[in-house]
Amino acid sequence: MNYQLTNFTFLARTAPYGTNRCNLLMDIALASSVFEQKSNYVFMDDAIYQLLRNQNADHIQTKTFGKAIEALKLYGINNIYVLEKSLTERSVSLDELVLNPEIINQQQLQELVRNSQNVISL
Amino acid sequence: MKFSVVVYASPYSNEAAASALKFSRAVIAKGHSIYRIFFFSDGVHNANSLAITPQDEINLQAEWHDLIDEQDIDSVVCVTSGLKRGVIDSQESEKRNLDSSSMMSSSELSGLGQLIDAYANSDRVLSFG
Repeated sequence: MNYQLTNFTFLARTAPYGTNRCNLLMDIALASSVFEQKSNYVFMDDAIYQLLRNQNADHIQTKTFGKAIEALKLYGINNIYVLEKSLTERSVSLDELVLNPEIINQQQLQELVRNSQNVISL
Repeated sequence: MKFSVVVYASPYSNEAAASALKFSRAVIAKGHSIYRIFFFSDGVHNANSLAITPQDEINLQAEWHDLIDEQDIDSVVCVTSGLKRGVIDSQESEKRNLDSSSMMSSSELSGLGQLIDAYANSDRVLSFG
C-alpha cells in the first residue's frame, strides 16, 4: 500500500481521560485543517480507548471525548487509522469504534511516518 | 537551521521545561535561530510573571523572559491554555475586568494557528514535556 505524502501525521497514544494529551492533539489537528494541511490521524496504544462508542464522561464533569473526536471528519481529516497490534492487545474490535478507522499494521505505520513532513505524538 | 520549540511541561514539576530552556540557549549559542517558542497546555506557566522562587533556586520564568527578550525571539502563549490557567496579559485582563495580569511581556497570547505556522516555517520543531 502506498500512502500519500502528507504534511502532518498525528499519533494519538494516550487514553481519553486522566491526562489532557488527547485533547491537545485533537486541537492541533483541527487547527491544522484550517490551513488545509494534509493529515493522517493514527490511534495506537491506549488511544484505542479514545474511539470507544457509548462513552459518557458526565460523571467526571468532562466532555465526552468519543463525541468530540468525531469532529475530525467534519474538519476534513479523513485519513484515520488504528494500529492493529493495539486493538489486538486490548481485545477491542473495529465495530466497537467510532469514526470508522482503517486498520494498519506496524509496517504501514512506518510508511505513514516516513511520508510525513511533521509527526506529532501525544 | 531554523528551530521552533514547543513547551508542554510546567516549570519545576517536570525537568522538560528546564531542558527546553537549555536547548533554546544551545541553539542560539551554536549560531542557529529560533523561529518561535510556543507555550502550550501546562507549559504556559513558564510565562507567568508573578512567580517567586527561593534565592538558591533557579527562576525559570525569569530565565525564559530574559532569553526571549534579549534574543528578540517570537514567543507565543496559547490563549486557550493560558486563560484557563490564569496566565493572562494586561489587555485580556482589562477586557475581562480582572484585578491583575500575570504574563511576561516578552510573550504574546495567540492561537494554535501560530503552532501550525511554526511547523510550516521551521526546519525542526522540538517538543518538550
